[in-house]
Amino acid sequence: MDFQNLQDVQHQVLHYANVTTSQFQRLPGSAIALRYIKSSYQNDPVRSAIELVLVLFAVRYLLAPSYSTQKPNKIRLTEEEVDDLVEDWTPEPLALGLSTIEEAENEKRPVVVGPSGPKVKIATASGSRHVTNLASWSFYNFGNNEIIKEKAIASLRRYGVGPCGPPNFYGTQDVHMKTEAEIAAHIGAPACILYAQGFSTISSVIPAFSKRGDIIVADRAVNYPIRKGIQVSRSTVYWYDHNDMEDLKRVLETVVRSQAKKPLTRRFIVTEGLFENVGDMVNLPKLVEFKHQYKFRIILDETWSYGVLGTHGRGVTEQQNVDPNHIDMIIGSLAGPLCAGGGFCAGSLEVVEHQRISSSAYTFSAALPAMLATTASEALAMREQTPELGVRLRENIDALRDQFNPERYPKSVWLFPQSAPENPVVMLVLKPEVVESLGIGRDEEDRLMAEMVEECLKKDVLITRLKPIPQILGSTARDASWQPRPALKVCVSAVLSKKEIEAAGTVVRRATYGVMERRKRR
Amino acid sequence: MPAVTFDSSTSPTPSSTSSTDSTARKRSSLPKMSNPFSFFSSSPKRKSAEAAMMQAVIAQQQALLNSPSSPGSHLLPTICLSSGEQKSNETQTLFQPPSPEEAAKQARAHSQFGPLLSKAHLHSSQFPGGEFPEPLEDEPPYYYVLTTYISYLILIIFGHVRDFFGKRFRKERYSHLKARNGFAPLNDDFDNFYVRRLKMRINDCFARPTTGVPGRFITLLDRDSDDHNLTFRYSGTTTETLNMSSYNYLGFAQSDGPCADAVETTVKKYGISMASSRGEAGTSDLHVEVENLIAEFMGKPAAMVFSMGYVTNAGAFPAIVGKGCLIISDELNHASIRFGARISGAVVTAFRHNNMKDLERVLRENIAEGQPRTHRPWKKILVAVEGLYSMEGTMCNLPALVELKKKYKFYLFVDEAHSVGALGAGGRGVCDYFGIDPAHIDILMGTLTKSFGANGGYIAADKTIIDKLRLTNPAALMGEAPTPPVLMQIASSLKIIIGRLVPGQGQERLQRLTFNARYLRLGLKRLGFIVYGHDDSPIIPVMLYNPAKMPAFSHEMLKRNISVVVVGYPATPLISSRARFCVSAAHNKEDLDRMLQACDEIGDVLQLKFSSGIAGGSLPEGEDQVEVKSKGRARANSIVPPRWPLDDVIRRGVEDTKKPLM
Repeated sequence: MDFQNLQDVQHQVLHYANVTTSQFQRLPGSAIALRYIKSSYQNDPVRSAIELVLVLFAVRYLLAPSYSTQKPNKIRLTEEEVDDLVEDWTPEPLALGLSTIEEAENEKRPVVVGPSGPKVKIATASGSRHVTNLASWSFYNFGNNEIIKEKAIASLRRYGVGPCGPPNFYGTQDVHMKTEAEIAAHIGAPACILYAQGFSTISSVIPAFSKRGDIIVADRAVNYPIRKGIQVSRSTVYWYDHNDMEDLKRVLETVVRSQAKKPLTRRFIVTEGLFENVGDMVNLPKLVEFKHQYKFRIILDETWSYGVLGTHGRGVTEQQNVDPNHIDMIIGSLAGPLCAGGGFCAGSLEVVEHQRISSSAYTFSAALPAMLATTASEALAMREQTPELGVRLRENIDALRDQFNPERYPKSVWLFPQSAPENPVVMLVLKPEVVESLGIGRDEEDRLMAEMVEECLKKDVLITRLKPIPQILGSTARDASWQPRPALKVCVSAVLSKKEIEAAGTVVRRATYGVMERRKRR
Repeated sequence: MPAVTFDSSTSPTPSSTSSTDSTARKRSSLPKMSNPFSFFSSSPKRKSAEAAMMQAVIAQQQALLNSPSSPGSHLLPTICLSSGEQKSNETQTLFQPPSPEEAAKQARAHSQFGPLLSKAHLHSSQFPGGEFPEPLEDEPPYYYVLTTYISYLILIIFGHVRDFFGKRFRKERYSHLKARNGFAPLNDDFDNFYVRRLKMRINDCFARPTTGVPGRFITLLDRDSDDHNLTFRYSGTTTETLNMSSYNYLGFAQSDGPCADAVETTVKKYGISMASSRGEAGTSDLHVEVENLIAEFMGKPAAMVFSMGYVTNAGAFPAIVGKGCLIISDELNHASIRFGARISGAVVTAFRHNNMKDLERVLRENIAEGQPRTHRPWKKILVAVEGLYSMEGTMCNLPALVELKKKYKFYLFVDEAHSVGALGAGGRGVCDYFGIDPAHIDILMGTLTKSFGANGGYIAADKTIIDKLRLTNPAALMGEAPTPPVLMQIASSLKIIIGRLVPGQGQERLQRLTFNARYLRLGLKRLGFIVYGHDDSPIIPVMLYNPAKMPAFSHEMLKRNISVVVVGYPATPLISSRARFCVSAAHNKEDLDRMLQACDEIGDVLQLKFSSGIAGGSLPEGEDQVEVKSKGRARANSIVPPRWPLDDVIRRGVEDTKKPLM
């Protein structure tokens, strides 16, 4: 029985061997392989053995898992030890409790009841009261314009509110295309791209173009979103002193010299039109000159200047008579004086189309609500067609700044406006001699400003102050970056009469005087 | 909780409550407001806004009464039950056809939100309990994988050939990739290759411009191209298509109805914008109201809103973690999480998508090792996951995450961009779906763009965290505040969801969405498609694999007047190109059957039915010829690949949708 079985197995094996052989012979090239193996065996069995070992090694190598060539600098811990460590580890709380100053700040933040405008009602402990609003960016009060509101409602009745999708997936609506074209035409640039929020636009534009190995030369005083855009881009950054064209020239020359022998990389100068943290204006003609001399592209953040500067509100380019085509990317906000929402980047067609697929805040975010896009284009047209708005705004700015004219009020002026005379956000800082003579530290300066804001609100004038740039949590004083001087921000409105502005300005001046007198007596 | 029972929109607040209002106004001095919604109702203007909203609601309810959702019922004559006689009053006897204007208005409303065809087409979104299963990812036959690679190879070779000749004979087209008068090119030749030579071929399937409301139907602007999608020519005509592409989960993209009416009133009263940041003068009573509503909805003590979803993430991370902290992020997390994590200054590491074992490995390794180089213990560890992943249709495994959290003491950040409103019996997101107390999750973030038909994002957390965020979150300090019309859209849609406005409608929307999602998913599985994701997810990715099938699928769908999203590399792994359907409560069974029919036809033409049946869709047990019970080795052999005829899919669909889909 067993014997029979064995024979069966033998037959089976032979059969399989035959099948395999015939299959093998059918393969193209099998004869050559066979001949090669046979001849090599006959002539040199050692060589065959070596070849076999090599083949096996190759197979083993290919199947082996990948490993690092670096020496692992790790101590292997047992599972129990890891468990102990896990047990032992106590994290810090996610948010530390608030200090009394912080709590007070949260509590004192004004809550507007009803619409925003030049005069607002703010909530108080016992109800609400009317105050003059010198804190919002609505310099022309477009948000309450009846014509614009009507258009927005018409848009609502046609499009609903949200577009429910990112621009690349059916979120682009015809109104977006229309607004893009209108902004481009207004500025005088070939093309424009619309973002869903103004604040984050530049943080996304910078890394869309500037990558690792590229070079960014930036003003030391640029705002927070620019800083974050630069950080995310992982480019090499060089800073120059705020608005110091000599220093910029020095930095550019250094960069050009150090890069002379290296392959050409993208280079950018990043700066603002009106600086959020200082309030002064960029020197664009000089910048354009440097651009062509040193071959740097210009990324200009016009968040605070678009819709404000220039006869028709086209921004710094109009104000300083610079052809907008010299500026590679103009970034602006539609949520400021235009009272709509969103941001934009205007530039060449190439610049704009590149962002549509590689700018992360555009591709990974829902599109702007149609009614806000409509509002933006209506407000834009209104600003363009009524240059008087700009004239009136300028008159009011002058009226407010006059309150801090030391010649007019030699005794009561402790602060001076450091912002540009065209900037409707008047930034008042303590005079350097005052800071020095009273020995005021930066923290105290900040606190004094907060007191002044509060004092003004008591007298029914709502203003704000400049806050320090947020630092990375847990960072030490050693990696602290540039910080702005603490300042009061007084936003002038064109729709208030000159008298109202003067009255409000007097309140601010007196409030600052009161606070400083108190400080002096201490 | 008194806040739930009180309804500010239905009961006009008597003036005597103004004293409670004044105490409520001291916002942060009270730990939790007893009644956040009476907050502003004492103001006369507020009342008028509420009254306008009420009127709109009444009008809508009246309209609903006039045209009941069941289409057959209006044909019945009205019979007075008490007397048993037919009423003689002419206006009440028989159905009268609507006037042309009314019919047009009705058609318009239905093109934004489809009428419900049967009460059977509802299902509640709730996790059945037990172990949360990993969704089975079916794989196509090797033939398709191979041809996918070959397709890419051919595309790349053709691209290089065209570049080779193009660079020599059409230099002007390549000038932007070369250095020009001393400026380095903005685009790298190599980086740009994929866009120039692969994406450009199918560019007409992306960024199709639309007009009107992205509701049940979406209107596309017709366009075509003479230069291979480099530029488009608009013919000026439009096409109304079935919208399977917008994130309009609960169907709140509407230009009529209570939400739109409330928004209109708000624009009239509040204007369009606050034109300021939240840190300055951009906080209005509407913001406070919406934040309180969201906090209540999410089951968290406090919340804050932002004007953009992307920035909500980008600003949240730097405000809560920093140097010496570790962020462990799911590898498929959204770009905004990556952006936020990167600017926070914390160390970022990833774990494999939805793989809890891998997360545990990463956690153990990192807690044991501490910070790199210094080996100090981490200050905080934050695990960031999404509730519902937008490309995969998978949900996070919240029960397992909460278990791990107890053991490893990390903080949990859940991004509910897609899941809020779309999951859970009450639409409250993943916590609601799994029946987990939101207190277990430290930070609940979400967007208001999707389910609520508005714009922006929110963060809901403990009061100390929110208070801290108000002081440190750069997006709140410097970014523009959400605008009043957007806020009103959020408030009114939220009130509908929780039943405070138009009671019943919110529940219906939620249940319609779940039914629709399950019905379409089951139908597609039964037809033989490979579908990714969990059963209750309204995001349904259908696998296409071959790159050329993306434009083909999109074009075939467009031919049938259906808008779908197709996605491929780099948004997905190279071989797994897919079409993605987003189901909405605005769809009804008719729309889904139309979709199934289209998929059935296209699936045959494009050879897309390659599922093996392991992910479900086979005949239910007892009816099929082969035993499915035995697991393991025999399993693969015993499952018959599902290839149901369309009629059977539709006939059995409604009933089987309510059973477990496996």
